[in-house]
Amino acid sequence: MCLAVPMRVIAVKGSRDDFTSSRIGIVEAGGIEKEVRLDLVDRWPQVGDYLIIHAGFAIHTLDADEALTNLRLLREMADGLAPRSGPGE
Amino acid sequence: MDYVSEFRDKTLIAPLLAELKQTLTRPLRLMEVCGTHTMAIFRHGLRAILPPEIELISGPGCPVCVTASSHIDGFLDVAQRDGVRVAIFGDLFRVPGSQSSLARAQAAGAKVEIVYSPMDALTLAEKHEGEEVVFLAVGFETTMPLVAATILEAGRRKLAHFSVFSAGKIMPPALHALLADRELALDGLLCPGHVSTIIGAEAYEPLVRDYGISCVIAGFEPVDILQAVLLLARQKRDGRAEVENGYARAVAWQGNSRARQVMNEVFAPVDTPWRGLGMIKASGMAIREEFACFDAERKFAVRLPESIEPKGCLCGEILRGRKKPQACPLFKSRCTPMDPVGPCMVSSEGTCAAYYRFGEGR
Repeated sequence: MCLAVPMRVIAVKGSRDDFTSSRIGIVEAGGIEKEVRLDLVDRWPQVGDYLIIHAGFAIHTLDADEALTNLRLLREMADGLAPRSGPGE
Repeated sequence: MDYVSEFRDKTLIAPLLAELKQTLTRPLRLMEVCGTHTMAIFRHGLRAILPPEIELISGPGCPVCVTASSHIDGFLDVAQRDGVRVAIFGDLFRVPGSQSSLARAQAAGAKVEIVYSPMDALTLAEKHEGEEVVFLAVGFETTMPLVAATILEAGRRKLAHFSVFSAGKIMPPALHALLADRELALDGLLCPGHVSTIIGAEAYEPLVRDYGISCVIAGFEPVDILQAVLLLARQKRDGRAEVENGYARAVAWQGNSRARQVMNEVFAPVDTPWRGLGMIKASGMAIREEFACFDAERKFAVRLPESIEPKGCLCGEILRGRKKPQACPLFKSRCTPMDPVGPCMVSSEGTCAAYYRFGEGR
């Protein structure tokens, strides 16, 4: 029910503070394009950003820095604990 | 980076599990509050790989499952009136009320349409001018801002024949009601990811203060969930109880204030019944007076009956974390996903449906 997925922004129509026009984003994931409402986003998205989409609305503009920090910490933890299995990761 | 595959990386899972085993000092009872977490835990087989000292209990975080039968009866009352077409999310279709379900009502001639977004219900209203189109709204803080935005949009489009029947709910009061039950003896909460996107991590601070329980917000990929379990285990090992945000890429400490503002503009808190948990003060979302023209309950003067739970159904106990599905005498016999008796078997995010589909695990 609260299922929501990240999708990449490929176009933005309307502007954040113009309530008279529709604020719509075109988003894409896995080759599927969708039109979504941007009425509720906390941060106005740019093309290339990721949005969390729930039932036709964007509810969050994903924070790339936070995601990368999170992964880096996890990888450091993994590197510290796992037996090394070869080059790369 | 696509924010999904990186958090499914198998090379991260084994070390996280190793770290978790090292961190556990004693058995842990954790509740995953959110139905989408329940589903993710089963789908990725996490129950089977977690150390046996960790007991995962499914909580009341599936909005369809906690919808009281009285609300379903109210929905049916509206759906069966002349000139009405109702729009619903698919999960609601087969949930039984005290007598019937929307699926049965449809078979008997009621106009029931499944939509993906509340905005699709507006589109339906534009297509069917001679009818009243009613969106039957079930959901938590993730979903209800969308319903509020749809009502505001209906106002802008001056759609007089569109309305919403709100059975929307607010999550924190239900968590208070649950944690007040000391018998549950939980060590930590795996807090819902997308409800938290809206309400923010700070919303769990009162739970830590009042009940001394550890709260960690988790994303929905396997690595996210393992990391959150590890953070909870570390808190227990160190004797700490605090709010930690394991899903910071999608959850800010203050949440999404714009979405909350839209939600609060349209809805006001009201006492509402939860299936299995009973009446909880100020945990419902009623449409405010200013938007009365979009309130189906007022338009149709609906009176909600008393809630009657199906005989023998343990969904209430299951939603409170007191019983597991296999303890229910109806589970897998009278109650199956094809012919469900209770809501936990109907919703794809319901605990019983997950146990049925993926096996009982531990």
